Amino acid sequence: MKKGNDHGKNKYGMVIDIDKCTGCGTCMVACAAENNVSVRADQSDKERTITWMNLYKISNGKEFPHTEVSYFPRPCMHCDHHPPCVSVCVSTATKLDFNTGIVSQIYTRCIGCRYCQAACPYGARYFNWWDVFPQDKGMDRYLTPEVSPRMRGVVEKCTFCHHRRMRAKTLAYAEDRREIEEGEYVTACTEACPAQAITFGDLNNPEHEVSKLIKHPFTFRLLERIGTEPKVYYHSTRDWIRKLGDNFLPGEYTPVVNQTWAEEEWSTKPGRDEF
Amino acid sequence: MKDPVNSSKKTSDKGGDRPLSGFFPRWMNINILAQDVGFFILGLIGASIVGWVIFPAVLYSKHPQPINFNHALHLDSEKVDGIEGETKAEKCLFCHAFRDDGTFVGIPKLESCTECHDDPESPLGETPEEKAFMTKYVANEEEIPWLVYSKQPDCVYFSHIAHVKMGNIDCATCHGDFADNEKLPLYVKNRLTGYSMNIWGKRISGFYWNKKFSDRMKMDDCARCHTEKGQEQNNACFVCHK
Repeated sequence: MKKGNDHGKNKYGMVIDIDKCTGCGTCMVACAAENNVSVRADQSDKERTITWMNLYKISNGKEFPHTEVSYFPRPCMHCDHHPPCVSVCVSTATKLDFNTGIVSQIYTRCIGCRYCQAACPYGARYFNWWDVFPQDKGMDRYLTPEVSPRMRGVVEKCTFCHHRRMRAKTLAYAEDRREIEEGEYVTACTEACPAQAITFGDLNNPEHEVSKLIKHPFTFRLLERIGTEPKVYYHSTRDWIRKLGDNFLPGEYTPVVNQTWAEEEWSTKPGRDEF
Repeated sequence: MKDPVNSSKKTSDKGGDRPLSGFFPRWMNINILAQDVGFFILGLIGASIVGWVIFPAVLYSKHPQPINFNHALHLDSEKVDGIEGETKAEKCLFCHAFRDDGTFVGIPKLESCTECHDDPESPLGETPEEKAFMTKYVANEEEIPWLVYSKQPDCVYFSHIAHVKMGNIDCATCHGDFADNEKLPLYVKNRLTGYSMNIWGKRISGFYWNKKFSDRMKMDDCARCHTEKGQEQNNACFVCHK
């Protein structure tokens, strides 16, 4: 089987530590503010709201003394192997860039058929039902100038804040460098997370923290077995969380980790002493 | 209702006074043919005039810049202190500079002008343009509402430093040779899209004899140049779109 886009120069990816995530939602707010994500008067209508970074609440479903609750931040997974949204796009509005590993979305090219939205196994794509940032109403003054606001009738999704990569590259050029270093380009959610649960970097560069983290046995991906090779990884020492990462049949999931090892890491995490 | 046999008989009866007149179809008559071709050519010329002359004239509106800026005068290192450089691009960067973080200032703000033109009472030259600039903008500390020829749509991202500093591309390659201009050209705006004609190009045929300077800035031009210079990876969507 062809393996991802290893021939490319960079392959940006993300590791989210579920054990560190407190479910505060700062990543969602930071993402929406950074990327000019539209807002509505009634944000409780979740079928119409747009959240590039979404937060899912998960629970192990046990009775009180053993109940555990955790949160799953879900950006676009930026699938590395035949992203389903790219395969179905009829207008070539979305593409996987082999040099960055980012799945791009060009709003001016999108015809709004929402095929990609149906194809995405992670529900990471959203449709614009209304024009939210009309010109000459003053609301456009609050927008990030580096991100183009979307118009009505197009699909949008997380872009791994690729404009921040452009900003980092521009700064590198000003300093006579051709390459950007680790930490110069991070997404808004990575920067905002108060628990520092999100690590962002280049998966093709073995020096980067993310490439070390993804080799860890506690690291897993969502719906790994459908073969889309998502570049967003999750990390958890807890077995029931890793089990929720895919649809396992009864008895199919085999915990691969040494439980004492898991307990050791769990105890070394900051803020876990009181457990 | 119509009987094809009867109708064909009628035509043959009607032209029965001339030999073979019913044999040839009507359009083969040389007089009628000449008439038809004549009408066709007339129509073609008329449609061409409408399409190539009248429609573009109606489509685009012309706007003069608020004041005239003399590029040729300001690039003269004997008249302006500090404008030095071996190439024109280096001289351009004196005012159209890069910030410390690598971003491009574009058209300079009034404070760059007032570094030299600081006193509204004493103009440095003798032109009426400068006097108007002094009284209207410098005295009131008001920004000049320049009409930007190369303003791209909102979805376009362009890094000047990547092209000018890292790619060694001359400013004139994309913007045309502004350095010797004594008068700013008219700003030609598309009435439908609101964009400048410098984006779409002056020639609606899209055909160029002299390719030294491109007078347009379309996506195809960016992609063609990337491909010609062997930078095909920069044709990815998220390099120029945001």
